[in-house]
Amino acid sequence: MRDNFVRQLSELARSDPRIFLMTADLGFRVLDGYAADFPKQYLNVGIAEQNMIGLATGLALDGRVVFTYSIGNFSTLRCLEQIRNDACYHNANVKVVAVGGGFSYGPLGISHHATEDLSIMRALPDMTVVAPGDQWETREATRQLVETKGTCYLRLDKSSAPATARAGEVFSIGKARKVREGADITLAATGGILGAALEAADSLVEQGIACRVLSVHTIKPFDTEAIIRACRETGGIVTVEEHTIDGGLGSLVAETCLEAGVTPQFFRRIGLRAGFSSKVGSQEYLRHEYGMDAASIAKAVAELISARSPKFSLRRAK
Amino acid sequence: MDHSAAAAQQQPKKRIAQRTATEELAKRIRRHAVRMTNLGGSSHVGSVLSMADIVAVLYGGIMRIDPRNPTQPNRDRFILSKGHAGAGIYAALAESGFFPIEWLERHCADGSVLSGHVSHRGVPGVELSTGSLGHGLPVGAGMAYGAKLDDASRRVFVLLSDGECDEGSTWEAVMFSAHHRLDNLIAIVDYNKIQSLGPVAETLALEPFADKWKAFGWSVIELDGHDHNELYTNLSGLPKTAGKPTCVLAHTVKGKGVSFMERSVLWHYRTPRGSEYDEALNELISDE
Repeated sequence: MRDNFVRQLSELARSDPRIFLMTADLGFRVLDGYAADFPKQYLNVGIAEQNMIGLATGLALDGRVVFTYSIGNFSTLRCLEQIRNDACYHNANVKVVAVGGGFSYGPLGISHHATEDLSIMRALPDMTVVAPGDQWETREATRQLVETKGTCYLRLDKSSAPATARAGEVFSIGKARKVREGADITLAATGGILGAALEAADSLVEQGIACRVLSVHTIKPFDTEAIIRACRETGGIVTVEEHTIDGGLGSLVAETCLEAGVTPQFFRRIGLRAGFSSKVGSQEYLRHEYGMDAASIAKAVAELISARSPKFSLRRAK
Repeated sequence: MDHSAAAAQQQPKKRIAQRTATEELAKRIRRHAVRMTNLGGSSHVGSVLSMADIVAVLYGGIMRIDPRNPTQPNRDRFILSKGHAGAGIYAALAESGFFPIEWLERHCADGSVLSGHVSHRGVPGVELSTGSLGHGLPVGAGMAYGAKLDDASRRVFVLLSDGECDEGSTWEAVMFSAHHRLDNLIAIVDYNKIQSLGPVAETLALEPFADKWKAFGWSVIELDGHDHNELYTNLSGLPKTAGKPTCVLAHTVKGKGVSFMERSVLWHYRTPRGSEYDEALNELISDE
């Protein structure tokens, strides 16, 4: 996703002199090409994230569209108040980019696990929050964020779902994508873990469970309608996020349904419940360890359905 | 910087007239500040009184701004990084014609846009909302860097408190600005030697303060932050050194102009009420 983001941004920067990329001294070899091609639209500000958001706001208030690049929590939590007061409150065109959503940097430890960023960023007023699920979404989101007024957060993942776009499909920030149709249950996923949700949906077919899979690439503004439709048209909702279950996608779906007076027959949040992810390992390993890999998702869905719906428990009993 | 060079060489008579005008503006800002903090039940009046002369000279004689066209792209930018002294900026903006002076009566009132800590929403002329310390200089550095990229002549003035030089983010921006040779950036420190709970020297010593800025690559001017002549002369001759950002360490007195508020920690947070309010206003009026 990271490389696709930089590639897309380079394409855009060529024809749009407003585009500016700042890094807080991260992106070894990733940003070299961009830096060489656009020296007047690039700056390494040093290891100083608070200053970076301030600088970005200053440049943005005078007409630039500034992408700030760092990894994990450095992009967001380290400079949270600058994002809130300087960028968001002034509707500055600052696009905060974090490479390494969730367990992307799994072996590096909890300092590098970005597992609260979505809930914290979505709490900020006048903020757009996007976590693409595959490479196409990454490119499209990058392009659209340039045109989205105000401060935005782009969470990029090391993992990515296989290409999900249909020929001629149009991507819109704020509109969830139905990447698979099914009536028994909806799997709503955000970020690269969409791939695990799709894999789980594949394996559930063998058990006679047809999943609708939504790519909820935009957390804010939230596609309330897609969730309500999923509630009405499918048996229930399971949310999947490589992120704490506190305040992220799962919470959003619950809030949305309750407020709309719509009750899904099944509901479960798959995400990090363990507090700090103090174990280390690859992204795949940690997903398994914390119950959010494809097998865990499939298992959770099957249990949920068989517990609540006699139709499926009968079928499984055969 | 032809403009400032020319200003520095103005005839003495014109400079005296200028000084009288900014001194008058400073008095008005002080009176507004006491009234506004009284009406709004807010405080930080001591912080406004200490910076009133700096603000008056900037708005009254130094900055290239136009109240009829407050968003003109090449205007000079002013950032009040010590956002708790918002009353002083609202007063300066109203006195300069950015909005009606009557608005000041609504400072901190229910439903007002004039918050105690300076806010831009709905207030013409405010460049940046602040209130949390250590935010102003990074944004100012970004504006100055942008002006350099655009090859534009606009300058960025950031007014800081001494207390907010405790914040690491301030020093991140100090390093950045020197590294990138932002000589269009001027940081003015309202060095009144008192922070929220006590004297700066006892809380977290800043001295040798000027040496710190110099060691970080800035050009430093130390002056009396209440002397309009000194302020005007020095701020007319910017940048002090080509290729370096300028730090003006303005030695000031917290609560300046009201005898019982001067050098007092109490008047960082206290709201002027009753007889104290009357007395404060009397002192500021009889000063004429």
